Amino acid sequence: MTQPLKLRRVPAGNSFLRRLSADRPARAVYVALALLIVLGWLLFALDGGRFLSQENIVGIQQRSAALGIVAIGQTLVILAGSLDLSVAYLISLTSLVAAEIMAGADANVPAAVAAVLAVSALTGLVNGLIVTRLRVHAFIATLGVALIIRGALDERYDGPAGGVPESFQHLGYDRVGPFPVSALLWAAVGACAWLLLSRTRLGYRIYAVGGDAEVARLSGVRTERVVVAVHVLCSVCAGIAGLLLASRLGAGAPTVGTDGGYDLESIAAVVLGGTALAGGRGGVAGTVGGVLLLAVLDSIFNQLEVNSFAKDVVRGVVLVAALAIHARRRRTA
Amino acid sequence: MRRALPIFVVLAGLLVAIAIANPYFLEPPAFLAFVKRAAPLVILAAGQYFVIVSGEFDLSVGSLVTAEVVIAARLIDGSAAATWPVLGLLIVVGALIGLVNGIVTTLLRVPSFITTLGTLLILSGAVFLWTGGAPRGALSPQFRELGRGSLGPVPWSVLILVAVAAAAIYAMRAGFGHTLVATGDNDRAAALSGVRVARVRTAAFMISGLSAAVAAILLGGFAGVSAQVGQGLEFQAITAVVLGGVALGGGRGSVVAAMAGAFTLEALFTLLNLYGISGALEPAVQGVIIIAAVALGAVNLPRSRAAAAP
Amino acid sequence: MPGTAGRLDGWGHVLKMTGIGKSFLGVRVLTGVDLEASAGQVHAVVGENGAGKSTLMKILAGVHAPDEGKIEIDGRSVAFHHPVEAQRAGVAIIYQELTLLPERTVAENVFLGREPVRRGLVDRAAMESATGELLSSLGEESFGPRDLVRRLSVAQQQVVEIAKALSLNARIVVMDEPTAALADHEVELLYTLVRRLTGRGIAVLYISHRLREIFELADRITVLKDGARVTTAAASSLDTATLIRLMVGRELDSYYPPRATEPPGEVVLSVRGGGNARLHGIDLDLRAGEIVGVAGLQGSGRTELAKALFGAEPFTSGEMTPCRPRSARAGVAAGIGLVTEDRKAEGLLLNQRVRDNALLVARAVRRRQPGIERLLERVRLNPPRPAQEVRLLSGGNQQKVVLAKWMTVAPRVLLFDEPTRGVDVGAKAAIHELMRELAGDGVAILMISSELPELLGMSDRVVVLRDGRIAGELPAGATEEAVMHLAAGS
Ligand SMILES: Nc1ncnc2c1ncn2[C@@H]1O[C@H](COP(=O)(O)OP(=O)(O)OP(=O)(O)O)[C@@H](O)[C@H]1O
Ligand SMILES: [Mg+2]
Repeated sequence: MTQPLKLRRVPAGNSFLRRLSADRPARAVYVALALLIVLGWLLFALDGGRFLSQENIVGIQQRSAALGIVAIGQTLVILAGSLDLSVAYLISLTSLVAAEIMAGADANVPAAVAAVLAVSALTGLVNGLIVTRLRVHAFIATLGVALIIRGALDERYDGPAGGVPESFQHLGYDRVGPFPVSALLWAAVGACAWLLLSRTRLGYRIYAVGGDAEVARLSGVRTERVVVAVHVLCSVCAGIAGLLLASRLGAGAPTVGTDGGYDLESIAAVVLGGTALAGGRGGVAGTVGGVLLLAVLDSIFNQLEVNSFAKDVVRGVVLVAALAIHARRRRTA
Repeated sequence: MRRALPIFVVLAGLLVAIAIANPYFLEPPAFLAFVKRAAPLVILAAGQYFVIVSGEFDLSVGSLVTAEVVIAARLIDGSAAATWPVLGLLIVVGALIGLVNGIVTTLLRVPSFITTLGTLLILSGAVFLWTGGAPRGALSPQFRELGRGSLGPVPWSVLILVAVAAAAIYAMRAGFGHTLVATGDNDRAAALSGVRVARVRTAAFMISGLSAAVAAILLGGFAGVSAQVGQGLEFQAITAVVLGGVALGGGRGSVVAAMAGAFTLEALFTLLNLYGISGALEPAVQGVIIIAAVALGAVNLPRSRAAAAP
Repeated sequence: MPGTAGRLDGWGHVLKMTGIGKSFLGVRVLTGVDLEASAGQVHAVVGENGAGKSTLMKILAGVHAPDEGKIEIDGRSVAFHHPVEAQRAGVAIIYQELTLLPERTVAENVFLGREPVRRGLVDRAAMESATGELLSSLGEESFGPRDLVRRLSVAQQQVVEIAKALSLNARIVVMDEPTAALADHEVELLYTLVRRLTGRGIAVLYISHRLREIFELADRITVLKDGARVTTAAASSLDTATLIRLMVGRELDSYYPPRATEPPGEVVLSVRGGGNARLHGIDLDLRAGEIVGVAGLQGSGRTELAKALFGAEPFTSGEMTPCRPRSARAGVAAGIGLVTEDRKAEGLLLNQRVRDNALLVARAVRRRQPGIERLLERVRLNPPRPAQEVRLLSGGNQQKVVLAKWMTVAPRVLLFDEPTRGVDVGAKAAIHELMRELAGDGVAILMISSELPELLGMSDRVVVLRDGRIAGELPAGATEEAVMHLAAGS
């Protein structure tokens, strides 16, 4: 009866190569991105433009920065198994908070930034507490908070308000070499999120809570704190995006968030990047790819002067097709 | 039923509150007018219920409603003769969009959140591409009769609502309903018990598409043609269903409660109007009440172990 | 008995739980339960399904708060509000259900919630090397700290679970049915491990339905029944029959129901050269009225065989008569039923009522729905309450609901994959009787079980699998050694 324990052998894995080639959800989106860039280059060439011109590359980076920052926040929330539908209105709100407090004066910038961070962190805290304490599904909780913010916006504003000083507009328009400051800000936020997820305890717990909240709790993770934390971080990301958009517009605008469709679009970018909607699997690298994919698509549309309705159609098709291919790969893997 | 109870209490409370502010509210004409106003959302919520209880989402219904109304206006263009064929076409389009949503979700295994988000983008883009940016044409009086008119004292839309509700309740009592809930609760177990999970879920999406078509017909008649007619309806429908105590993620809740959730939402709008909280603050109050109502339901009721992670 | 218990108190109690009571949704689950554990001893907790064993352990682990009673560790009174607090107080637990994250690595799972940090960042290298050491101390070489848990077999995952509990360096280790997913020879390894723990002065609380293990390991035994403690006694003062009587409250012969006296009927299902990704050249006949046992090591393709016959993971080659089902649906339509290994994930709709679970198959294939009362009576559901939600039932009753589900369509072939895993002795006997009864009605039965005595006791013949092939066949009355010999290929 004492036979040696003989189990099915699992492929041993230590090599760096294996880690890279393993089922990394982010890979698909970069393959797609590369293909799209080649396609864009061809289309631009036929159309008499240069895809890889500095102007176009800067354009892509700038277009993607705000969405990119929100999407990184959204990645954290989704990884933890939650969702945030309030980011679009929060962006509008924070753009107004920033512009109104700055009121065109340089001296007010630090106060405005602090206020935006405080407002957005508070919103995230409220979202997180509604989800964890009141046990309202994140879909409804953040939708409700979105409605509340919308009410506040509708009540106070009918159009752009406040103004940012010229110095603050550097954030939206300046460049360091070929890199817009806004893109660098995005990169910084992305790097922080990456470090958070891959090297900190909170990051590990985010994956655990999203993977299976009950397992995480039984293993000694205080799951509520994690959920609240990701909501706060996500809202802060939305706040940063609000600052960025205010600097771009020179003022705050009550519709800047919803016009950009940052709520659903950020979720789309996250999912395009291979992060599972149910949580627990994925990461920021994929999200960055997803955002770039959407931005490159946009720049192609602009070059070809595609009608905005057709853009929506193509976006919808790309979204569904990408996910279908991704699902197929996962199944055969 | 135990799970559904809170929503009926909330609904009754709201109706009483309305009746206090407006004593005529409970008299037949005013009440029927309220039901008529609520009908499209209730029908949408019933359709959305089928999708949600099977464990999925349908975010495309809002833009589907808009698309249907815009299509109807362009094709009918005021002609009485075209009314009935176009009505038939709208129903077919609704079912077809549901079919596509269902197939992409089940066979291609795209999460339904994304499938229907894609459909949302495609539909709204495609329809306006086709009409060149703004709704064109006009609905015929015959078409608008369904949403506006009545049979004797009873509005058509109320009759249609009753028929839809009866059909929905029947479907949920039949074998289909049971297999649908089974699929939403545990699709692996359902499949291993012989349930054709893909087919059942696809049927749920088709029902949701159909309900959007019917809602569009009523809304077109009631409110006329605009590019905003369906805006936000998907969120309202999902909110209504959740208000009714139906679990996002599937497997729990009743269709009657989902429809009661839609009535509750509509009663809430009515009440806010009555108390003069309209315009700017309305969404804020709505948001607070929705969160409160759902929280109330969640706290009162036992929740599954996996969901409750204190 | 007090005398023997007193003698064993020599080491002193590490843990003392007194008067523990707990209700769920107004239903009383535990009443006034006392439990002690001593350093260096194994204290077994036994009882029927639903007796409250896991609930008691979860209270100790801080998962549930007790309604009444108190817990003392080392003489100090403690009250846990979260599992992490119990961990810090030196309690480690291996839960009855696997608590691992499939998308994370072994090391990440082992140190979940307690990742070592250096300068604010998780020290992955330290974590992986510590996990590696733990695994090798468990004699585990088939996988490493960086493997994804999703890619491991259930038995390997159980090892991860054990490593996770050990990594806590706890003073009290709770094992709630740790062997349910293990094969016999893996159980032996676990015995060694438990003895090593007690040797280090750790107090072990051990739960199992396999009485053999209880007598092998336990120093003391506590019997729970209907949420109350029946007795605590030294293991040496009890024998199997007494223990069963204390647990079940009545005598229960430990024999299997008698085999059919008539020869088996015609062949109702036959496979020739059946193969797919995991199975090769399967030749098998199932006859009406016969129970065919399937033995084999973990990963030898037993579950795959059942799923292939059923159609859920179909054969891609070979002949199968009367038909080769290509989907679960087709299997059901062809009169085949499958009682899955994992009840909760694949067998039951946990949030639905007993009635909806029991009628699911009939509804799915649009058969006439039989009367629910008769059905529940036939599967011996006790108490037979059709409106009860299934997640609130005990493991044994849940399994009976699964059986009821299949009986609605009167299948010609029923495949049982570990039908009594985690099921108490009483329910186990009931299920065995029911299986015999079904065979007597002319159903062809295939039964997979990791418990050799059960397999040999129930089967008319035993088919042994090895590496996805049929290694041989043994008649009724074969010895365990013969089966193991074929299974291991030595
Ligand atoms: N979270 C819960 N909510 C409601 N009831 C529960 C919960 N957990 C357990 N129960 C009920 O408490 C009773 C005791 O369950 P418990 O899991 O402790 O039994 P057990 O002795 O471990 O049984 P088994 O041998 O099947 O593991 C059962 O009737 C069960 O249905
Ligand atoms: Mg138990």
